[in-house]
Amino acid sequence: MIPGRFDYHRPASVEDAVALLARLGEEANILAGGHSLIPLMKTRLASPEHLVDLSGIGNLKGISVQGDEVVIGAMTTQFELISSEELGRHVPIIAETSRLIADPQIRYKGTFGGNVANGDPGNDLPALMMCLGATYAVTGPDGSREIAARDFYQGAYFTALEHGEILTAVRIPIPSPDHGYAYEKLKRKVGDYATAAAAVVITMADGKCTSASIGLTNVSETPLWASDAAAMLVGTSLDKASVDAAVAAAEAITEPASDMRGPAEYRTKMAGVMMRRALERARSRAKG
Amino acid sequence: MNDQTKIDQDRAERTEKLQGMGCKRKRVEDVRFTQGKGSYVDDLKLPGMLFGDFVRSPHAHARIKSIDTSRAKALPGVVAVLTAADLKPLGLHYMPTLAGDVQAVLAEEKVLFQNQEVAFVIAEDRYIASDATELVDVEYEALPCIVDPFRSMDPDAPILREDIKDKMEGAHGPRKHPNHIFEWQIGDKEATDAVFANADVTIKEMLVDHRTHPSPLETCQSVASFDKVKGELTLWGTFQAPHVIRTVVSLISGLPEHKIHVIAPDIGGGFGNKVGAYAGYVCSVVGSIVLGVPVKWVEDRMENLSTTSFARDYHMTTELAATKDGKIQAMRVHVLADHGAFDACADPSKWPAGFMNICTGSYDIPTAHLAVDGVYTNKASGGVAYRCSFRVTEAVFAIERAVELLAQKLGMDAAELRIKNFIKPEQFPYQSALGWEYDSGDYHTAMKKAMDTIGYKELREEQGKKREAFKRGETRELMGIGISFFTEIVGAGPSKNCDILGIAMFDSAEIRIHPTGSVIARMGTKSQGQGHETTYAQIIATEIGIPADDIMIEEGNTDTAPYGLGTYGSRSTPVAGAATAVAARKIKAKAQMIAAHMLEVHEGDLEWDVDRFRVKGLPEKFKTMKEIAWAAYNAPPPNMEPGLEAVNYYEPPNMTYPFGAYFCVMDIDVDTGVAKTRRFYALDDCGTRINPMIIEGQVHGGLTEAFACAMGQEIRYDEHGNVMGASFMDFFLPTAVETPHWETDHTVTPSPHHPIGAKGVGESPHVGGVPCFSNAVNDAYAFLGAGHIQMPHDAWRLWQVGQKLGLHN
Ligand SMILES: Cc1cc2nc3c(=O)[nH]c(=O)nc-3n(C[C@H](O)[C@H](O)[C@H](O)COP(=O)(O)OP(=O)(O)OC[C@H]3O[C@@H](n4cnc5c(N)ncnc54)[C@H](O)[C@@H]3O)c2cc1C
Repeated sequence: MIPGRFDYHRPASVEDAVALLARLGEEANILAGGHSLIPLMKTRLASPEHLVDLSGIGNLKGISVQGDEVVIGAMTTQFELISSEELGRHVPIIAETSRLIADPQIRYKGTFGGNVANGDPGNDLPALMMCLGATYAVTGPDGSREIAARDFYQGAYFTALEHGEILTAVRIPIPSPDHGYAYEKLKRKVGDYATAAAAVVITMADGKCTSASIGLTNVSETPLWASDAAAMLVGTSLDKASVDAAVAAAEAITEPASDMRGPAEYRTKMAGVMMRRALERARSRAKG
Repeated sequence: MNDQTKIDQDRAERTEKLQGMGCKRKRVEDVRFTQGKGSYVDDLKLPGMLFGDFVRSPHAHARIKSIDTSRAKALPGVVAVLTAADLKPLGLHYMPTLAGDVQAVLAEEKVLFQNQEVAFVIAEDRYIASDATELVDVEYEALPCIVDPFRSMDPDAPILREDIKDKMEGAHGPRKHPNHIFEWQIGDKEATDAVFANADVTIKEMLVDHRTHPSPLETCQSVASFDKVKGELTLWGTFQAPHVIRTVVSLISGLPEHKIHVIAPDIGGGFGNKVGAYAGYVCSVVGSIVLGVPVKWVEDRMENLSTTSFARDYHMTTELAATKDGKIQAMRVHVLADHGAFDACADPSKWPAGFMNICTGSYDIPTAHLAVDGVYTNKASGGVAYRCSFRVTEAVFAIERAVELLAQKLGMDAAELRIKNFIKPEQFPYQSALGWEYDSGDYHTAMKKAMDTIGYKELREEQGKKREAFKRGETRELMGIGISFFTEIVGAGPSKNCDILGIAMFDSAEIRIHPTGSVIARMGTKSQGQGHETTYAQIIATEIGIPADDIMIEEGNTDTAPYGLGTYGSRSTPVAGAATAVAARKIKAKAQMIAAHMLEVHEGDLEWDVDRFRVKGLPEKFKTMKEIAWAAYNAPPPNMEPGLEAVNYYEPPNMTYPFGAYFCVMDIDVDTGVAKTRRFYALDDCGTRINPMIIEGQVHGGLTEAFACAMGQEIRYDEHGNVMGASFMDFFLPTAVETPHWETDHTVTPSPHHPIGAKGVGESPHVGGVPCFSNAVNDAYAFLGAGHIQMPHDAWRLWQVGQKLGLHN
């Protein structure tokens, strides 16, 4: 539980950070809240020679509404996601999900950007970002670019970020005010990653589902966007048969590992149960 | 106000001031603990101190082909790297275990479990030490490993302990196989077999009390400091039994015992994990002796969970025979005990299976037989008593699950079956079929109080309705009612039964009254959070009438404390608590002589009154303890030696037998397997209650650990012997969020042989709690024909039960 040797850097701007990362090369790693990276370093699963801490960069923090999107700075803490009144009004599922991340101590330090950039399928926010159709703004040595959350995750700890690129902000389209939502997470205890979890956002009109989006956490190498399952719900009244079919379709795309949370078969079924429960709650919240 | 009321009031005020036995005195140690001012081993910083860290085996079973330490030694800041080759000339590459086996300190030719200690790096700081462990190059040749204890004695099983492979006589008799450790039997086999052959009803079930770990918050650690000039060794460590450690260190190091100063400072929980001796202690000692500077060793969490002593791993084939109307006639148990790679069980030496023979429980079972086979596997060694007296959690689990299974088979209510078979109050002292003499008990009263309080009848009615609703598909929740009526056996122990490596299991107290009437008292036990500084003072306060706040309790420094066997197995109150009372009474007897001299009366004319001796019939003529203390030093009676102090080494005449009635109500979500404890009621009878608040705290803690063990905590290995989940991410340590609300209650049946009638309580809630939770889970599924469901009852396993029963379609 003792990390290897490393040097610590604390740049004051994104440009400086990018330059530092370029100069230090592959052995440098970005440090945000440290609550995913430092445990890996303590068990020596990661031994970066340099840590480039982003906490000295002022403009990476904050939540704002820009047009029909909410923009969240990468260094915004998970606690701030819960306490932002504005975010709660526009995209309440973010606070609901964040409350189920780890525990209060970790959420005070852990950042939004670190959570989504980390690439651990156990993180809760990535599946939610896929569900919400978010876009990630990144800056690197070759300038800035945007990556859709749905295209970002490529494998465990393996994302579309190139080395030296920094995630600066995330843009999230504001769902219709009538939308229903829920995040359901099964975990063994407080502070635990999900055995399985599901994020659901739907809209309803005249008792029929008019749109649906579903994200699944920790049931594959990457977070999952269950687009087929969601499509099967659109146009239905979310009757049992339709939900059964959609749940089966969502379960079919899972590929969880067997671990101390349970065997793969269990975790697949729990993804289904969580999705079913999230759908029920989302429906009860949706207007129309 | 009349005179009598005034006298009573005065007496009540003086009694209250004492803060003696029976009062909810606040824990004095918490003043420092809650301010972060405790002083633990890792807080110790000595000039020139070096730090050690282990190179550990990645394999469960492998031959060591070579160890090359040159790269590590070349790292700046590394001072030394020890391997078995360095320890062997000193005879220290193996150390004796408490169970009569030997245990590798650093692996010599083979490693026998994953994370076993292979080399010890000593460096200027912990970071360098840790870096250097990665630079020790060890070449291994992997060997086939044994994970399943049922394979250990297969004819073609790989031989694990080559060091003792030809030694077919173990510490406890002949070994049947090179991987066999011992067979231990008790009871009348023939008579038991005969009862089973003719019984109306029998049940038989394999009950597994799975491998887990005591996981104290503070891990195991030590600092050794050898003074080359004086030839003296000071060893600070996380020791539940510091004196025993001193003796063991003397025996294995050859240093004379008076030149070894063992000190256990504040300890952050032990639960059995800190009874034994570990490679880290030995290596820090050797490092300090060789280098002449202090060496610190601090285990990290993963090392703690995966290497220092585990608990349980008992596979118990349990049988009961009964008449048709539910009178239990016989019990037969065979245990396969997985001890891992070395037999490092922490039991009194003559008891290789601890007190497993308490397994007839609270019931009058006339005939019984128990056989235990211990075997080696490629897992960490141990088998410590995790918050229980030796193997008592296992024993109580066996009997309390078995009576439930019997009730089910008989179609009888599980509470009714228990009551029918209870040992009756008039049968105490009761001789059990497996050799114990239960000192006292009133099980019927406790059970009735518990059932009335919890509303047992109504709960069963509610459960009946719920079951119907479940069958009709109206709910996806199952309701379980768990019962456990346990009898503990604590306070080891009488020397006729108990010793550790030949050291009799007495304990001790030394009380010294200062001239101004305040007190320092020292015991041979060692608190790890139990609150000894608070409770021993209460015993003394009541016995000699000096306020508890004027009494300082000190433990853990073996130079100053009288020799004792330490704290585990709930023995502090039964043994050292008794010593405290006896020593206090010696002081009181001397004080009475002094008071008689001061008051110029005959001793027999005096009577004790809370905090003073007074002349019978002349209540205004008295001397307080404080006055007597001054006189004891400065004006003792002629021919009496001055001073006021006493020592007692207490040899208990018997164990004590606390008991209790526990009830649990559980609701289980069939679709996820998540179990929620709706209610948990714990009635404990620990005899005389010294501090009700501390008892309640102990019960809360013990129940929480019982909840953990039953509902998810485990040390698991995969088929290659890789230890799984050895961190707090996976190892289930419940937080306040998961922990159920506890309802506590009590009855009082004092121990007839203990000077103050107290029995010990620290472990009862764990012992009684584990089967209570498991019974609740089992009861929830019983009506669906689930059969016995093994622990731990975590969500995925319960979901699998539902899956097997076809509940998810
Ligand atoms: C006990 C425990 C329980 C937890 N439980 C949960 C849980 O239930 N759900 C959950 O979602 N999370 C959980 N976490 C993780 C927690 O939310 C982390 O805070 C989060 O995953 C990472 O955010 P961070 O700010 O701490 O990032 P860091 O740990 O500092 O970084 C994580 C990784 O992301 C990279 N990174 C960070 N920021 C950026 C950026 N702006 N641009 C590019 N790369 C970046 C880093 O280089 C690093 O590789 C838990 C953590 C702990 C210790």
